[in-house]
Amino acid sequence: MNRPLHPTRRHLLAAGAAFALPGALPGSLGGAFAQAPITVGMLYVGPRDDFGYNQAHAEAAAQLKKMPGIKLVEEENVPETQAVQKSMQGMISQDGATLLFPTSFGYFDPHMLAIAGKNPKVRFSHCGGMWTKGKHPDNTGSFFGYIDEAQYLNGVIAGHMSKSKKLGFVAAKPIPQVLRNINAFTMGARSVDPKITTNVIFTGDWSMPVKEAEATNGLADQGVDVFTCHVDGPKVVMETAAKRGKMVCGYHASQAKLAPQAYLTGAEWNWLTAYTQILEAARTGKPHPNFVRGGLKEGFVKSSPYGAMVSEGARKNAEDVRKKMMAGAFDIFGGELKDNTGKVVVPKGKVFKQTDVELEGMNYLVEGVIGKA
Amino acid sequence: MSTLRDSAEALALPLLALAGGLALFGAFVWFDGHDPLQAWALLFRGAFGDAFSLQNTLQRAAPLMLTALAVALPARVGLTVIGGEGALVLGGLACAALPVLLPGLIPGGTAGATLLLLAAGVAGAAWIALAGALRQFRGVNETISSLLLGYIAIALFKHIVEGPLRDPASLNKPSTLPLPESLRIGTIGAYDVHWGLVFGVVACLLAAFWLSATTHGLATRVVGGNLRAARLVGLPADRLVITACALGGAAAGLAGGIEVAAVHQSANASLIVGLGYTGILVSFVARHHPLAIIPVAILFGGFLAAGSLLQRRMGLPDASVQVLMGFCFVFILASEAWRGRLGTLFAVRRAPVTLPAGGAAGAA
Repeated sequence: MNRPLHPTRRHLLAAGAAFALPGALPGSLGGAFAQAPITVGMLYVGPRDDFGYNQAHAEAAAQLKKMPGIKLVEEENVPETQAVQKSMQGMISQDGATLLFPTSFGYFDPHMLAIAGKNPKVRFSHCGGMWTKGKHPDNTGSFFGYIDEAQYLNGVIAGHMSKSKKLGFVAAKPIPQVLRNINAFTMGARSVDPKITTNVIFTGDWSMPVKEAEATNGLADQGVDVFTCHVDGPKVVMETAAKRGKMVCGYHASQAKLAPQAYLTGAEWNWLTAYTQILEAARTGKPHPNFVRGGLKEGFVKSSPYGAMVSEGARKNAEDVRKKMMAGAFDIFGGELKDNTGKVVVPKGKVFKQTDVELEGMNYLVEGVIGKA
Repeated sequence: MSTLRDSAEALALPLLALAGGLALFGAFVWFDGHDPLQAWALLFRGAFGDAFSLQNTLQRAAPLMLTALAVALPARVGLTVIGGEGALVLGGLACAALPVLLPGLIPGGTAGATLLLLAAGVAGAAWIALAGALRQFRGVNETISSLLLGYIAIALFKHIVEGPLRDPASLNKPSTLPLPESLRIGTIGAYDVHWGLVFGVVACLLAAFWLSATTHGLATRVVGGNLRAARLVGLPADRLVITACALGGAAAGLAGGIEVAAVHQSANASLIVGLGYTGILVSFVARHHPLAIIPVAILFGGFLAAGSLLQRRMGLPDASVQVLMGFCFVFILASEAWRGRLGTLFAVRRAPVTLPAGGAAGAA
């Protein structure tokens, strides 16, 4: 059984405090969970096999399902409307779920908040939202990963492998999470060669297969030879670029199977780390971890294995940066940093830690990116 | 007697078709290695099995009733309009934008909410009336123009929501400023269904009354039946066509306004989930009859609600519900071929000896 949350709980897991659970990594979980069974509900906004955002969640959920005492109920293609509220309530009242993972950004406000208000004993853990103490209920929370670290490493590899010195980024919308990835990718590449530029095309929405293909072809025509993207399903970008004989860096999940000849590496989520951390708290009756964040070091994100064509020098450079990131000695966004109009966005001497919430409101494209936020 | 038989047939045909669709779906899941009995039981439970399921079904049906009217009403003047989605998003935008554009002028409570929904209806009406006017005065095919106008509406919506009207606090999900608490539409009493359902049902009833019991409605149907005859008897055909389009558009716009005021609280991309397109299917299955739209929309809502349970309990993919809906609606549309013949078939079975000649003629 799930112990009800203590209503007057004062302490909050600050961004950093959530990481103080090194023992909660997948390897050591088997024994810790031999307790009462729990029903967990997963909601995806798209299909579970989209080679992208939803698949990354579904793969981790499949791992979760294998653990003893877990009953998993899943629903895919749930739109961000009244439908998701009904699905969440259905999981609670029809299936007895006590922990829900609504994984699409648009589920947070107003949908999850509405259902959480009606079900104060059920825990909700949303992917990507900005949970704020005092503003949002204590039985809700959000988790997310600093995948820009893996995008930076993508950029380092792309910077070494590109011959035309032109990189391409197919993106959904100019929102902070996307801009941060474009910037990190570009800065990774320019750490190799400052002459490199990244061309960005925004398609306008999360799943626009035709526009994604057009954007990829358009960029290829302009001489771009390494691609990455931030859309829900990177399948189209990867396959189109590979067909044009270009190289790709993956996103969300591994797309290596789709384009083995072109796939250099990729930025992948590793949601199991976040899930297990939140699940363990639910099963042991500990306070709900409301604000969970982590990067490479915490095991929230990872890189796809390098493709055979990636040069020794590129690998060595990327692994050196990775080592620094794993040691907590590498900050991507530090001054002096200019945006692509020449304006200083991070002054000299100022360094942002990954956990700084200012970064979650990013509204600029850095020098070297061709495009408009 | 014949009207009784007609209405019995009108009920029996879709029910038989539905049974056929369900049977075929059973075979489909059985072929896929699942238990069809469990699937049928879950479908019923998920759609109508308990209070939660019923409310779930009705809630999902509510917007579809309005978007179906956006197809049904123009269809009664002989136009095939499929641009309800555009009217819906513009309705939602108008509803969210009004308090921003007229700060301090919108009263709180029911009066203000009524104004917002009125604005939503007007925006939707203007959009579909435009398709009607293009057809009547410029000879542009309304099916194509309404579809294309839908894309333009969505582009306008995104441009305005993510540009001039964007709430700066909406970082990763660009939205307009949320509606003030007092302007939002709540649920019906203690039920977990918002007032949109009442709007949907009442709109369908009003539309049916208008078409069948008023002179204006009769004139509208005459225009739909035969445009030249209508013009010959002096009916203002252009005006009637544009009115029917505007009324349909108003229904879809209202659906958008309700989605914003009752569900999303602000206009954002979550509004664009194809409710307008689903309305096309609902209207065609209901044979563009406003009264038939109510049960068909509820059936649709039921399928969607049941699909949710089917996924969770049997691990079937979401697409399986679409397969089921496909089976059922193909059967329902195909069953039209039996209209007028179903009664004869039963009559043959009941009295084969006394009416051999008539029975043979009827079956042939």
